[in-house]
Amino acid sequence: MTEQHHDGRHGDGRLSVLRRALALYGRLDTGAQLSLWIVVGVITMAIAAPVLAPYDPAAQDYEASLSGPSMEHPLGTDLTGRDILSRLIFGTRASLKVGLVAVGMAIAVGVPLGSFAGYVGGWTDEVIMRAMDVVISIPALVLGLAIVGTLGAGLINVIAVVAIVYSPQYARLIRGSVLSEKEEEYVTAAENTGLRDTSILVKHILPNAMTPVLVQATYHVATAIILEASLSFLGLGVQPPTPTWGVMISSGRQYLPAEWWISTFPGLAIMVTVLAFNILGDGLRDEFDPRSVTGQEGGA
Amino acid sequence: MSEEVAAEGHGPRTEPSDGSEADLVSGADEPLLSVENLTTQFDTGEGVVRAVDGVTFEIREGEILGLVGESGCGKSVTSRSLMSLVPSPGSIVDGRVEFQGEDLLERSEEELRQVRGQDISMIFQEPMSALNPVFDVGWQIGEPLRVHENLSTAASRTRAVELMQRVGIPSAEDRVDAYPHQFSGGMRQRAMIAMALACEPDLLIADEPTTSLDVTIEAQILEIIEELNERQNMAVFLITHDLGVVAEVCDRVAVMYAGRIVEYGDVVDVFTDPRHPYTKGLLDCVPDPRRQQESFDPIEGQVPDLVSPPAGCNFAPRCPFASRDCERTDPSLREVDDDHYSACIWEDPS
Repeated sequence: MTEQHHDGRHGDGRLSVLRRALALYGRLDTGAQLSLWIVVGVITMAIAAPVLAPYDPAAQDYEASLSGPSMEHPLGTDLTGRDILSRLIFGTRASLKVGLVAVGMAIAVGVPLGSFAGYVGGWTDEVIMRAMDVVISIPALVLGLAIVGTLGAGLINVIAVVAIVYSPQYARLIRGSVLSEKEEEYVTAAENTGLRDTSILVKHILPNAMTPVLVQATYHVATAIILEASLSFLGLGVQPPTPTWGVMISSGRQYLPAEWWISTFPGLAIMVTVLAFNILGDGLRDEFDPRSVTGQEGGA
Repeated sequence: MSEEVAAEGHGPRTEPSDGSEADLVSGADEPLLSVENLTTQFDTGEGVVRAVDGVTFEIREGEILGLVGESGCGKSVTSRSLMSLVPSPGSIVDGRVEFQGEDLLERSEEELRQVRGQDISMIFQEPMSALNPVFDVGWQIGEPLRVHENLSTAASRTRAVELMQRVGIPSAEDRVDAYPHQFSGGMRQRAMIAMALACEPDLLIADEPTTSLDVTIEAQILEIIEELNERQNMAVFLITHDLGVVAEVCDRVAVMYAGRIVEYGDVVDVFTDPRHPYTKGLLDCVPDPRRQQESFDPIEGQVPDLVSPPAGCNFAPRCPFASRDCERTDPSLREVDDDHYSACIWEDPS
């Protein structure tokens, strides 16, 4: 036991996961590394919003109404004198909730359906995947309007829309990857070890088939944030006074020529966050997908 | 009729047996595994392919039985059929697979799972892809123990180290946490063997275990298999296309051609005195490095299309000794010598 440090391979499971995560970070390109830090920063802002925000996001100060960026209000204030920076920090919560929870739910629905379809095959596969095709043909914004129109506006409904719209894409993605993994010999080996089909699928196949799903998820978090902002901008998403980036852009649009800061900063926040998730996704895809070669754009 | 046959004959003819092949082949003692008339077919777009067409053989306790034949003759499908794990669209349509006196083909899926990995285990041709790339080797070697003996992860890891030592993996305590890609091909195959041994099976099915390995590593792996066979009295069903491997490690051998067993018997008998024209042909194809050889004697022709196999003997279209009778009658295994069987109408064609 004392001689366990002469090579870098062993250690308990958790340590080796950490070491692998660090190695993965090292292999990402600079843009993806920077994006990862932005993503971590946004998540931190969402968690620590009450500590980080200088003001209560709902506190109105009519004295300071529509004041530009200054020492007291670094990003200015809106019509009712609420601090834009504080609202921006609290706004990360709605965006991330939609982004992470909705995409998480989409994965939670799509991955079991798709992997089951791919592993069992035959009629089960046909029925599940054709149902997914039906869902995939519905435009996201139209489904959003329909759900909000019948159930009312609100964060939960936005999350439901995103989860429904994205789940078929995960089902397709994981199905393809399960189909190719189940031909691998380690699956035959597991069958011959006497494992149940469910354990083979969950324990052996899924860990190998999840990589494209995780890469896709980073892209989807970004588009989900945009979808939330769009629905909120239209008044169909999160309702005021809850601060969200979409609501903030919407409320500042009539003041845009003079009081530009009300809409611009939340817009920039969306842009930076979405870009960060996308670039991180690109970096992860380059790392995991051997077909896309990093740093080589190709002649086409 | 009899004159015509005699005119094109090749020595005395074999007597078709009265009973089934199973009665003929079965030895005195209760064998560990006895396969009778096993038939596995695949429903393909072009028709039904009988990949295993009425195969009968037995594996006695503690022996090494070799199964040889060309690629595609049904060797692997035979091994998968023993475990009732025939890949889709295949299915076992007939026969019995008696293991320790009970027919495995009549067992439920749940009962079969108890047998797999515990009483019968299996190793494969490609040790790279047969190990799951995302788990460390120790976790995988310990898996049968967690499945069949309900060991904890920690206990299974301790046993994995012992098993790795038993198959000769150096510094097993350190390497138990390594991932398959950190192992060489030979080490991976050792790890597979360790995994197969975990529950001390009575039978090990080795499906071309050394085909993808260097000759030196091949020798080491075969040595491990032989040693385990002797020390633990574990029977081995060794599937290979390498006659040299069979000669080296097997006690008895079954030669397979186009879904059938064409010759079956003691390795020494079969190799020194082959009776079936296919076995003769196979042995002529083996290159001998110590002999300056002008050319090989390849078997003429192609393996028959199994969607529409020949009416008579499957080998007749390629057989130098084929008579008109061979194209009509389909010979089953016949005893040609003591514990030596051949599926040819001639006792010793030459």
